[in-house]
Amino acid sequence: MWAPMGRGRWHGCALTVWATAAAHRGILEPRPMPTRGAAAKSRSQDRLYSSADRKEKIDMSRFSVENIRNFSIIAHVDHGKSTLADRLLELTGTIDKTKNNKQVLDKLQVERERGITVKAQTASLFYNYEGKQYLLNLIDTPGHVDFSYEVSRSLSACQGVLLVVDANEGIQAQTVANFFLAFEAQLSVIPVINKIDLKNADPERVEKQIEKVFDIPTDECIKISAKLGTNVERVLQAVIERIPPPKVHRKNPLKALVFDSTFDQYRGVIANVALFDGVVSKGDKIVSAHTKKIYEVNEVGVLNPNEQPTHKLYAGQVGYLIAGMKDVTEAQIGDTLYLHKQPVEPLPGFKSAKPMVFAGMYPIDQSEYNNLKSAVEKLTINDSSVTVHRDSSLALGAGWRLGFLGLLHMEVFNQRLEQEYNASVILTTPTVPYKAVLSSAKLIKEYREKEITIINPAQFPDKSKVTEYLEPVVLGTIITPDEYTGKIMMLCQARRAVQKNMVYIDQNRVMLKYLFPLNEIVVDFYDSLKSLSSGYASFDYEDAGYQTAELVKMDILLNGNLVEELVTIVHKDKAHSVGKAICERLKDSLPRQLFEIAIQAAIGSKIIARETVKAYRKNVLAKCYGGDITRKMKLLKRQAEGKKKLRKIGNIEVPKDAFIKVLRTQPDK
Amino acid sequence: MALPAARARGWAAAVKMAQRRRHAEAPRGSPSRAPPGSRAALYVHWPYCEKRCSYCNFNKYIPRGVEEAAMRSCLVTEAQTLLRLSGVQRVESVFFGGGTPSLASPNTVAAVLEAVDQISHLPADSEVTLEANPTSAPGSRLAAFGAAGVNRLSIGLQSLDDTELQLLGRTHSARDALQTLAEARRLFPGRVSVDLMLGLPAQQVQRGALPAPDPELAAEMYQEGRAMLREVGFRQYEVSNFARNGALSTHNWTYWQCGQYLGVGPGAHGRFVPQGAGGHTREARIQTLEPDNWMKEVMLFGHGTRRRVPLGQLELLEEVLAMGLRTDVGITHQHWQQFEPQLSLWDVFGASQEVKALLAQGLLLLDHRGLRCSWEGLAVLDSLLLTLLPRLQEAWQQRTPSPVQGG
Repeated sequence: MWAPMGRGRWHGCALTVWATAAAHRGILEPRPMPTRGAAAKSRSQDRLYSSADRKEKIDMSRFSVENIRNFSIIAHVDHGKSTLADRLLELTGTIDKTKNNKQVLDKLQVERERGITVKAQTASLFYNYEGKQYLLNLIDTPGHVDFSYEVSRSLSACQGVLLVVDANEGIQAQTVANFFLAFEAQLSVIPVINKIDLKNADPERVEKQIEKVFDIPTDECIKISAKLGTNVERVLQAVIERIPPPKVHRKNPLKALVFDSTFDQYRGVIANVALFDGVVSKGDKIVSAHTKKIYEVNEVGVLNPNEQPTHKLYAGQVGYLIAGMKDVTEAQIGDTLYLHKQPVEPLPGFKSAKPMVFAGMYPIDQSEYNNLKSAVEKLTINDSSVTVHRDSSLALGAGWRLGFLGLLHMEVFNQRLEQEYNASVILTTPTVPYKAVLSSAKLIKEYREKEITIINPAQFPDKSKVTEYLEPVVLGTIITPDEYTGKIMMLCQARRAVQKNMVYIDQNRVMLKYLFPLNEIVVDFYDSLKSLSSGYASFDYEDAGYQTAELVKMDILLNGNLVEELVTIVHKDKAHSVGKAICERLKDSLPRQLFEIAIQAAIGSKIIARETVKAYRKNVLAKCYGGDITRKMKLLKRQAEGKKKLRKIGNIEVPKDAFIKVLRTQPDK
Repeated sequence: MALPAARARGWAAAVKMAQRRRHAEAPRGSPSRAPPGSRAALYVHWPYCEKRCSYCNFNKYIPRGVEEAAMRSCLVTEAQTLLRLSGVQRVESVFFGGGTPSLASPNTVAAVLEAVDQISHLPADSEVTLEANPTSAPGSRLAAFGAAGVNRLSIGLQSLDDTELQLLGRTHSARDALQTLAEARRLFPGRVSVDLMLGLPAQQVQRGALPAPDPELAAEMYQEGRAMLREVGFRQYEVSNFARNGALSTHNWTYWQCGQYLGVGPGAHGRFVPQGAGGHTREARIQTLEPDNWMKEVMLFGHGTRRRVPLGQLELLEEVLAMGLRTDVGITHQHWQQFEPQLSLWDVFGASQEVKALLAQGLLLLDHRGLRCSWEGLAVLDSLLLTLLPRLQEAWQQRTPSPVQGG
């Protein structure tokens, strides 16, 4: 018995939905079923593989470069990217039309729940047009700028994009961010106005927005309903007509871009590659430009969207390659592969994943540490962009400091831990990587560099030893109905953001651009924006480097005793409000004691905020007679037991959950 | 007054005589010199109420017609059984609680008292308290209870505000309460106690709509209340008990001094050594909760004891500590020694840094008299116990085991 194996760097749900594709095409080789989450299993049930009727390998040489198109679909959340992808797969016979295909490329539970694509997927479509057989490679991209590096790598394997815009909602922040990624990569952009079947659809208005914001003539927009299939065929034709074939050379030595990679516990790393030059086949010796390691190719093929082995892959084509890599870090996104002894100039733009948001993750119960460890390992084996460092906190015990590409990435990771591994965790309030430019020669010698990144507040160097502190900034795009502009501008100002631009994209919609300090948006900015605009404003951001910032280290004191786990780095202007918030939260979670507790936030020796927990004035059971004694004694003994487990700071007894309440991400996020 | 004098039996008549001299007696700190194992207090539970009160979590039932004769006979039977089992020679107080025992007939009260006096001795000056609700206890009825042998009344006043009384689901008004109180004071001069509540939701300087009792406000009311009562000559002899002219409740005092007590009636608790059955260890006992089941068991076995848990020596000392500190006298060295002759209070608490901190804070006193709370300390006793109980456990574990002494 076997079941088809899906693709997906994030493994948990990976197999599920492509069984249909396999059933239709019958292309998969039998392999054992790996252990999966229950959710994944149940979903695979309704798409069971029927028969493996076609096993011969496709000869990819018959697709010459002129008949190849490589493209992506980019869109704001929920504008219909995945539905369009489903229709394209159906139209080209890649998946069965009779089945109810729902977002075939979005396989993770979180993806479906949130309507976002976290994990890029790829499918090769075979399409006959005007008597010619075309190979259309749909390179799906993650739907959020947290993954903008991955998006940019996926786009670098493309020559064009379908920019999908909702005919009702119009251009949203993410539409803009995605457009500019494609524009900067000099790709052909085909605007597709989706959901024209909706009652409130106003495709003409959206056309005009597209013209105004992206400078694309209105007649280039294709108006479709992906849901009903209206005009979808036109989209395929436009892909062939308007997107150029890749500019590549089959005769040159192999030059392949790794634009994605996944881990399969039986076959090792499966790298998704786009061939810029040359040919690759089984048995070739290849080299990673990044690691310089040599591998022998075991298997090449196309994605259909499941892996379908082929004899070879040729320049201009997109597919996968398995070459005995043991770890996803060996096939990093953006890396270039070439043939052994035939080195080529690596493709530009390679970067290692750079975490932008950090958070502590701890098991709720320390006895769960090993289970959580194994869950984190399983998740990160497929996501090399999450950095993991062991960490421990006096209050929370042993855990990790995890680095994520962005907020959504963090939430998705946490959600997957809960959904796929049933692991409950304490996630601490996210922080960003600050930097310090050192002036002290001694420190420079110690760190062996002048500019250091500070992740743990404990490492924060004193002001006397630095030239300046730096904080990460992002360029945020907000699109909103103009009635909310005033409120949004106030919100941005309160977040220390600097306005860069403001334009009307139609009569009543405004696009605002702000430069935000990243830490000002990591906690609750998005929710505030959504609530003050009744949900209408959209937000997106891109990395914009670092800027000088007046950072200070803030201590929290309980009756003058430092609480190590609450040391925080804050911007000087925010120290008071952040300090006050922490003091207030602590006040609410510290039980009264027999004496007064002063909770203070301090910068150096200066106290900037204070709250007081008053001493108990009354703590005694009012009535206690014969029948109450047993209950009373039990209660007292249980409390006395609990008291032994409290952490003592000075003579103050602090229950563990007091810090958890302060440290953990606020639930109303 | 039309007392059912004809039915007043021997004991009740003796009581009437005794009531004339009750005032002369000293406050009941340590009631008698009889050996502790031979005396006990007796609690009798009447499980029925007219109506459910919103705040009450006691074991009570709203009956659809009580068969009082059956209930009476079961209470009498169980009292007899347990008294025999305990081997108690002298019952120093009886307390009829509930439920609403003033709904029971005076006959029932008289029958139980009679039985107690027959099996063991119920001295004529023993304290016999009845809990009474204002509406269920008009003056004539109170007098009948007096004739049956009750010599002290505990009135469930709760509040003197009609809105609050309604909120509590009480059946009486403030006016009813004051009337009953006046009657009671006339019939039982100097031997009437009232229950009052503080920290009620609407009980504030300004009437807001705060749903839960505000701890800060409740603390303030408590402090104000006890200060005010002190000014007018009330002794705070326990955390929530105040008395004037030495009129302490002997019965409740027994609880806080960890004396023996027997619990009779559905869900009643007791703590005694079953000496009559050859036992040497004190047991915590609880009777079957539900009245019908309890009655069946009493009819079958003579008692409805559902659970017996032997109390270890350390457990008993923990109770001595936790209960004793609720009183103004606290735990005297002498009192402690009765329970633990080897390990003195000094041995247990004298060297502990944590205890020293509490002494230094002025919350606790340890001196030649014994261990007790200060005025401020009494209000935060439960916090103090979280330091004292673990200290006692520690000292108990570290004690040098010595041969068990007789006595």
